[in-house]
Amino acid sequence: MSDHHHDHEHSELSDVELRVRALESLLVEKGYVDPAALHSLIDTYETKVGPRNGAKVVARAWTDPAFKQWLLDDATAAIASLGFAGRQGEHMVVVENTPAVHNMVVCTLCSCYPWPVLGLPPSWYKAAPYRARAVMQPKAVLAEFGISLPEGKEVRVWDSTAEIRYLVLPEQPEESKGLSAPELENWVTRDSMVGVGLPHRPEEG
Amino acid sequence: MNGAHDLGGMHGFGPIDPDPNEPLFHAEWERRCFALTLAAGFTGEWNIDASRFAREQMPPAEYLSTGYYEHWLFGLEHLLVQRGMATPDEMTAGTVAVEPKPLARTLKAADVSKVLAKGGPSERETNAPPRFTVGDRVRTRNINPATHTRLPRYARGKVGTVHLQHGAHVFPDRNALFAGEAPQHLYNVRFEGEELWGPDAEPSACTFIDLWEEYLDAA
Repeated sequence: MSDHHHDHEHSELSDVELRVRALESLLVEKGYVDPAALHSLIDTYETKVGPRNGAKVVARAWTDPAFKQWLLDDATAAIASLGFAGRQGEHMVVVENTPAVHNMVVCTLCSCYPWPVLGLPPSWYKAAPYRARAVMQPKAVLAEFGISLPEGKEVRVWDSTAEIRYLVLPEQPEESKGLSAPELENWVTRDSMVGVGLPHRPEEG
Repeated sequence: MNGAHDLGGMHGFGPIDPDPNEPLFHAEWERRCFALTLAAGFTGEWNIDASRFAREQMPPAEYLSTGYYEHWLFGLEHLLVQRGMATPDEMTAGTVAVEPKPLARTLKAADVSKVLAKGGPSERETNAPPRFTVGDRVRTRNINPATHTRLPRYARGKVGTVHLQHGAHVFPDRNALFAGEAPQHLYNVRFEGEELWGPDAEPSACTFIDLWEEYLDAA
């Protein structure tokens, strides 16, 4: 199936462009896919679903202790109550960072990622270096993301091998205490919900 | 299968190198490949486990030298041929030569948000009682199937502690082969760094892995 692209002189990129173009023409002509549905799928993930959803979940948990408890007990239901559910987030578990524990999420076997709350994953999450190293050298990986943990703090790495999707509930920065949930949403970064970043004052980012 | 996709614990790939200004898609073909894969998957001709298994069958050297959406493209082409929906010649030419396969369903634009919101839950009812409970010590089996499995190589033959019970879920090793969902209990198991990596483990680090009952024995 992939052998044909070694037979001619196109660069790797233009070759793959041609393959995708031919495939789309074929699948549309066969009636297997609807061009309007393709557009709608792309539009959904480019404009509607992304890490701002997850930030709403985190900010709510920081300001509403009952919601936080629900989130830790039944993340799927608690997250669905904010309107985020479905594909690649069917079964959610939220893991809480504390002064004693830091959590980070990986998928060593493919690139499983909680789409309804974080959108589609960034390239580094899908690429070999992160998938290879997160389980064996989590602290070295965190250091590359600029995080140095206090000695003795436990690092928990969650390898997403099933259809359970993990979201990290980061620790709320001290200087953000007292802010409203809408203000706090701007402190929550995508990376802090994967566990390779920390929330921070929005001006910095 | 012991493929190039099973990356946990490998050396030599270099730094992580995140790009803070990365676009969601890097080129138009990635956008199209993403949407084609989701739309074609909705036909029900295959399941998510078969889809992962298809990508894993990319030859290892090619897998490691190509990006994510090239893996998806390989997988999609593989499945279309496997399911009798297209021929390699048709995919090269981009035109129909063989009559289309009748399909149970196709994805309409008006249904996209409903379909995505529904997703594809993997939890199933089962009458079988769970063999393990939270706190139990378990050892993963040393298996090396040539077909799809979600037991990573780095976690085979290792002892851990059951941390969570997720209920019964579709068993990927069989579902990927179109051999039925065969749901069984799924557990989240905690492994200490030293158990996985010996003296090369980082201190105070542990890994939690979701594992099906068939991967586990009492330790």
